[in-house]
This record gives sequence, C-alpha cells and structure tokens, in this order.
Amino acid sequence: MSVLIYAENTGGKFKKSVFEAVSYARAIADQNNTSLTAVSIGNVDATELALLSKYGVNKVLNVSGDKLKEFVNQAYASVIAEAAKKEGSAVVVLSNTFSGRGLAPRIGIKLEAGVADGAVALPEQTGGSFKVKKTAFSGKAFATVELTSAIKVIALVPNSYKVVETGGTAQVEDFRVETKASDFKAMIKEIVRSTDKVSLPDAEIVVSGGRGLKGPENWGMIEELAELLGAATACSKPVSDAGWRPHSEHVGQTGIAVSPNLYIAVGISGAIQHLAGVSSSKVIVVINKDPEAPFFKVADYGIVGDAFEVLPKLITAVKEYKASA
Amino acid sequence: MKILVCVSNVPDTTTKITFTDNNTQFNTNGVQFILNPYDEIALARAIELTDGGKGTVTVINIGEANTEATIRKALAIGATDAVRISAKPHDAWYVAYQIAQYVKSNPFDLILTGRESIDYNGSKVAGMLGELLDLPSVSIIKKLDAADTEATVEREIEGGKEVLTIPYPFVAGTAEGVAEPKIPNMRGIMSARTKPLTVVEPVEIKTFSEIISYETPAPRGQVKLIPADDTAKLVELLHTEARVI
Ligand SMILES: Cc1cc2nc3c(=O)[nH]c(=O)nc-3n(C[C@H](O)[C@H](O)[C@H](O)COP(=O)(O)OP(=O)(O)OC[C@H]3O[C@@H](n4cnc5c(N)ncnc54)[C@H](O)[C@@H]3O)c2cc1C
Ligand SMILES: Nc1ncnc2c1ncn2[C@@H]1O[C@H](COP(=O)(O)O)[C@@H](O)[C@H]1O
Repeated sequence: MSVLIYAENTGGKFKKSVFEAVSYARAIADQNNTSLTAVSIGNVDATELALLSKYGVNKVLNVSGDKLKEFVNQAYASVIAEAAKKEGSAVVVLSNTFSGRGLAPRIGIKLEAGVADGAVALPEQTGGSFKVKKTAFSGKAFATVELTSAIKVIALVPNSYKVVETGGTAQVEDFRVETKASDFKAMIKEIVRSTDKVSLPDAEIVVSGGRGLKGPENWGMIEELAELLGAATACSKPVSDAGWRPHSEHVGQTGIAVSPNLYIAVGISGAIQHLAGVSSSKVIVVINKDPEAPFFKVADYGIVGDAFEVLPKLITAVKEYKASA
Repeated sequence: MKILVCVSNVPDTTTKITFTDNNTQFNTNGVQFILNPYDEIALARAIELTDGGKGTVTVINIGEANTEATIRKALAIGATDAVRISAKPHDAWYVAYQIAQYVKSNPFDLILTGRESIDYNGSKVAGMLGELLDLPSVSIIKKLDAADTEATVEREIEGGKEVLTIPYPFVAGTAEGVAEPKIPNMRGIMSARTKPLTVVEPVEIKTFSEIISYETPAPRGQVKLIPADDTAKLVELLHTEARVI
C-alpha cells in the first residue's frame, strides 16, 4: 500500500492548506509504515514541486500539459484515481476546498472507497478499524465515522492540522494518463481571482461584521483591521442578504464554515446559526455594545462597547503593536 | 426541460444538537425537521427555469415515511411531482446510488442538489451522482443560467469565482445566489395534497461508512472582558496569551 495526497495548486503555487494536508498524509503513512506519493495536476514548476518533499512526500507524480492546466472536476478525478491505482494507494488525502469537495465523492466512487469529508483529526487505526473524526451539523458537533472499504478517501478541513516539516527529497516523475473526451464536457469560460485579498476558507485570521455596523459604508473599518492583521473579511447572513457584502463572505450554518486561529466578531449577536459556522475557531473575540449578546458566551475575549468607538481604537492599537514588534 | 431536485429532510437550523445512547445517536426528541435550506434554493431555481409550462420539476428524497411533510412542502412550493425511495439515508453513497438507479430509468436534463445537507455536510451527493451516471458535476454553484442545450454556471473558488458552460445533462449543487427560496402560497398548499408522490423500494447495496459516535465541541472557558478603552490590552493578550497574532 501507500498513501496518496492530491496537492492542489492555485495558479501554479501550493497554499498552506496543501502543506497541512501533506503533513497529515505523512502522519497516516507513518501510522502504516508506508510511503507517501503526491500527485500534482497542472503546470507547477520544479521548485514548487520540490517544496512537497519538505513535508515528507517520497515521490511526486507530475501531471502537466495544456489540457489539464485548469481544474476540470471530472478529468482531475480520473487522474487522481489512476494515480491511486498505479501506486496501490490505500488512503487518498485531499484538502476540503471547493475543488476538493468536487473531487472526493467522484474519486470515492471510482475506487469503491468510503469517503470521510470534513476530517479534522488523524484517523484512529486500531485492530483493523479505521475511524475519522469529521465535522457534522454545520459545526455544531463532530461525528466519528468508520470507513470499512479497502481504500479510504479523506478530505481534510484547512487549518485543522499543523504543518510538520520533516525534510527529505522526493523524486519527481512525469505521469501520463489517457483522458476520455467525456471528462471534458464542462468548459471553463472565465476565472476571476482577487489576488490582493486573503481568501476566507483558508484564512488564519477572520474579521467579521454584523448588522451592528449599520451599513456597507462602515465596512472600511473592518477592511482596515483585516488588512493590518493579514485577515480575511466575513459577515453574518443578514449582512449579505441585504447586499452590504457578497454572499461568499457569509459564514454560519448556511454559509461558509470557518476554523481560523482567530475570529473577531464585530456587531454580531451570535445567533445559533452564525455560531455553528465559527465555533471551531481557536480563539474568538467579540465586540458588541450589548453585554447580553449571546456571542459573549462562546467568546474567549470580549469588549462591551460601541463598534464605532472600539474599532478605530483597536486599529490604532494594532498599528502600535506592529510598529513595536 | 425535465429537472430533478434532490431534497433532504434536516433538523431546523435553531436545533440545539444533542445525542443519546452514549453519544451514538442524534437526539431527535423535540427536533423539528425542515427542507434543507440549500435544497430550497435548488427547488426555487428549478421552478423558475420551468415556469410557464417550460418543463417539469420532480423532487426526490431517500427517507422513511416521516419525511413526507418535507416532500409535501416541496410540492407546495411548486414541484410537479415527487418520488420517495423508502429507506433510511444511510450515507451519501447510499443516497446517491438510489437516486442514480432511479435516474437510469427516468432520465432528466438537469439534476440539482443543495451544496450540502446541513446535518452531515458532506457535499458528496452531487459528485457521487455525477460519477455514477458518468455526467459532469459541479459541487457548489452560486449562479445558474440555462440556455437550450447547455447551462452557464458560476462556481465558487477560494478567493474568486469560475464561470463554466456545461451541456445537459449534468449535476450541480446549489448555494446562495442561485435563487431566493420560495414560500408556498395557499394554492400551492392545497394542490400539494393531490400532486403525485410515488414511493419506490430501495435497491440493496453494501455501504462503506458508518457513524459510530458523536461529540459536541468542548465548551470554552469564561470570556475575558476587556475595557472598551483598553484595546491595547486586547492586542497584548492576543499576542502573549492566545498567541494568535
Ligand atoms: C434558516 C436560517 C439559516 C440561517 N443561517 C445563518 C448563517 O449561516 N449565518 C448567520 O450569520 N446567520 C444565519 N441566520 C440568521 C441568524 O438567525 C441571525 O438572524 C443573524 O445571524 C443575525 O445577524 P447579526 O448578528 O449580524 O444581526 P443582529 O441579530 O441584528 O445583531 C446585531 C448585533 O449588533 C450589536 N450592535 C448594534 N449596534 C452596535 C454597535 N454600534 N456596536 C457594537 N455592536 C452593536 C447588537 O447588540 C446585536 O447583538 C439564519 C437564519 C435562519 C432562519
Ligand atoms: N436523503 C436524501 N434524499 C435526497 N437527497 C438528498 C438526501 N441527502 C442529501 N441529499 C441531497 O444531496 C445534497 C448534499 O448532501 P450531502 O452530500 O449530505 O451534503 C443535499 O443538499 C440534497 O440535495
């Protein structure tokens, strides 16, 4: 057997979530005394591919060429499944990103494998059983799921496993797969990426605003604080429903679930549906003028005060901290 | 156009999640079940696309008899007819397999699911269905425009979006932005009672995953309150104590 990790690139580069998934896959390989192979699809250069070995990859299967330059769900799933067959992989690891969520179920079917999506911890392997802890009920709980198939597919939630540098070198092999025309029915017309902003699902710090901010014109403070902290911006559902912010920023039970190291909630009451999507944040800071706001019950740090007074002061304090650091 | 909308029956979003039997069973006591919010979006868009006699919308659910209230709600909102495959939805693979079996003998131009069910959040059914039927699938879309032979969809990607054209038939999981959920009107509610709801027996299959236990997140300690005029203190604590900046 071996473990296979799909190293997803973003415009030719690997993000931190990939190194987390590699470290996670390395630990699974160690649990089973086996090797770790990465498969990379698209045009990723040798220097970038070499980074994978830092986190314990033994071999890289590099699939390049124009046809597979951009993500095509069906075709990528076929390639990854073929890589798993070639390597005799018993476990296939992906990141639980937007693309990863498209791939994992298809790969699962191709390999007749059970799929653990939304994994947050290393599998527990005892006496032949294989159990994975995953998020459930939109962040309100965790479920431990036992996979009983010969091959297992795991999609790891970004920011839930620490990057571990092990060192080592990996050989890079060109890997060619015959693709079927029917795998390319979906055609990409356009890709829009805002490169200047931290993307919400893989942000380590998130600054989020709610209805307490009164209107879109007041988001300058949220954005300034976020920029200072290298954070992504987010919002509550009514804020995106009102069109103050885009839907892609809405976090919660019916929005994006995030698990950053630090979540700063400003003018958000802390309704159960909002908390569902943010409760696995490592540290929560709440700024709200109402001391009875439910959000304070799940916060680590809180400031009871008016956002319009507190935020400018907080921005100043962060600037001072950064200047002194 | 013939559209299939896959609907799941999930705990209401206000539900406080608890477990019984030594944390092995979800406690459904007093829990109200609803049509999965993302499936409401799929349904609303399907109704818009077929409005004015341009097609039909079938909803399908894998569930036991107690999901019929949710199915009737979908009919009241405006689905043409409904299918319930009478079984406990063991996992996404089980659900996708049953739906795929049904679709093989009852083809559709477009199959919509929600981006995820708010209970198990797998985002898996759409992709699995696509694979089982050898059709393209897009797990999370935020826009869906339909032309005669193909549709244009917008897919979310980390920090941006991607626009794709896909020929029918294909499978897509809808998220916010695709449509506004519709509220059933009186006429809808009345007609829902008489719309066809076919109950189908499941196909026996082997499953590969089993939930063996649950847990709720560890409670956080007491909140540390910091005076509103001492934001420097907060920054210091985030640096030295919490070590997150
Ligand atoms: C099916 C369903 C799904 C839902 N899913 C989600 C979801 O995924 N995510 C989500 O967020 N919500 C969701 N909701 C909505 C949720 O129930 C709440 O309505 C919502 O989270 C409230 O948003 P808010 O906290 O921004 O606004 P409010 O509840 O209006 O709270 C505003 C807060 O700001 C404070 N405030 C006001 N002025 C100031 C000021 N000057 N300075 C500081 N604080 C101030 C107030 O004290 C208050 O606590 C869902 C609801 C339903 C029914
Ligand atoms: N029991 C079910 N019956 C029919 N459709 C379902 C069922 N469970 C999930 N689905 C569909 O699959 C989508 C994704 O579910 P999941 O993969 O569980 O996140 C849901 O939004 C529904 O559209």
